[in-house]
Amino acid sequence: MGSLELKQSLSGHKGRVWNVCWHPKGNSLASCGEDRTIRIWANESSKWVVKTILAEGHQRTVREVSWSPCGNYIASASFDATTAIWDKKAGQFECNVTLEGHEHEVKSVSWSRSGQLLSTCSRDKSVWIWEAADDEYECASVISCHAQDVKKVKWHPHEDTLASASYDDTVRIFKEDAYSDWVCTATLNSHTSTVWSLSFDSTGNRLATCSDDKTVKIWQEYKPGNEAGISTENNESVWKCCCTLSGYHSRPIYDIDWCKLTGLIATACGDDIIRIFREDTDSNPNQPSFSMVCTTDDAHTQDVNSVQWNPVVPGQLASASDDGLVKIWLYSE
Amino acid sequence: MADQLENTNPKLYKKVHEREITAEDEDEDVVDDFDSREIFDLIRNINDPEHPLTLEELNVVEQSLIEVDNKHNKVHVKFTPTIPHCSMATLIGLSIRVQLLRALPSRFKVNVEITPGTHASETAVNKQLADKERVAAALENNHLIEVINQCIAAKM
Repeated sequence: MGSLELKQSLSGHKGRVWNVCWHPKGNSLASCGEDRTIRIWANESSKWVVKTILAEGHQRTVREVSWSPCGNYIASASFDATTAIWDKKAGQFECNVTLEGHEHEVKSVSWSRSGQLLSTCSRDKSVWIWEAADDEYECASVISCHAQDVKKVKWHPHEDTLASASYDDTVRIFKEDAYSDWVCTATLNSHTSTVWSLSFDSTGNRLATCSDDKTVKIWQEYKPGNEAGISTENNESVWKCCCTLSGYHSRPIYDIDWCKLTGLIATACGDDIIRIFREDTDSNPNQPSFSMVCTTDDAHTQDVNSVQWNPVVPGQLASASDDGLVKIWLYSE
Repeated sequence: MADQLENTNPKLYKKVHEREITAEDEDEDVVDDFDSREIFDLIRNINDPEHPLTLEELNVVEQSLIEVDNKHNKVHVKFTPTIPHCSMATLIGLSIRVQLLRALPSRFKVNVEITPGTHASETAVNKQLADKERVAAALENNHLIEVINQCIAAKM
């Protein structure tokens, strides 16, 4: 078994912290919560300190923050139905663009690998795709195929492929078709309750999802002409659930992150515990097996809402909780 | 609120007696665990959204439908809508959740559900009440929180 060592506990937010996101260089961290602020933390002489507090961008809870791949922008999704884009052109972060259009709370925001596409999703059941060019944002598509509240959007690590998770218990995959329309190319059915979050692995051919049904599922992409002989329709990939991790979590699982450096999967659970899973070395790719390598009881004193691996420092993990804290951890074997 | 009452003639139930305070309760050195009676006392006087009656008087909440697990910080409350198509079910459940959220220590995980078999949309209502993100968003809605506060405010 490995262990998760607490490096530092970051206090400052008032009330629940909903989300944490690492800067792509891994040297700073953004967090957000019900106090309507975004805090940016940086490591100074081996201590994490708050560098900036972004307030007055939103009228209600900030549900999620996301750094652009270049690290120059932060997008924030809020219950006030808007998404704010913050940039540092004037020396410090300022909100210069507000994306409006959703009818209800915006739940999630994600940048594509190139940074030229942005996606948002909302309680209004829709997923929006925005094209970014020279600080102008134009809505390229409004996709209404989920039947309920959409909880999470996340782009593929290499391609312009988007995944979304919903209160309707499904995950959907979207791509741009030959006519430049964004279409749903796959629906991933298997969870029996709300899918709260999802994360691609480093290849982008596998996806981990977590749910209110207390399970984690691993999905494998089968492209047209795959060696396993899985049939594909319309020349589109199919995604199959190849592994379900059940019996580990005792409450809803609010977030999941698949580390691109180490392959470790971390989960944030409503039972206050952070758990870490790793694929077994003798695992069959078509029927993989995963083992829990670490469970940290009372990682927080309330629900853990978010976990994210540092994109540069292997084993460094950030978490956020209803207890108002952000924590920095280090995983070791 | 609707102009017409959904359930025009609700059945009334007898209220329980006040809790008897024992010598142990008053002894500051004895650790009092939360029990179902204590949880019941926190929610029995919540007002029904459409009648000038409490949830206890309408038998919407009952002590026997409350489970408390102090060791594992769990509180489970089942409530029974007065009629199977009650459109107020979500609001009643939300009022119970908010009251317990405010009154109990933050270590408790509170589940509020409809008593099985007593409401036409119990699965949908239960799912909504269990979704803390939607509950959080609802509580930022000024109109809704006003209505909930009115339900929770105990009559003197």
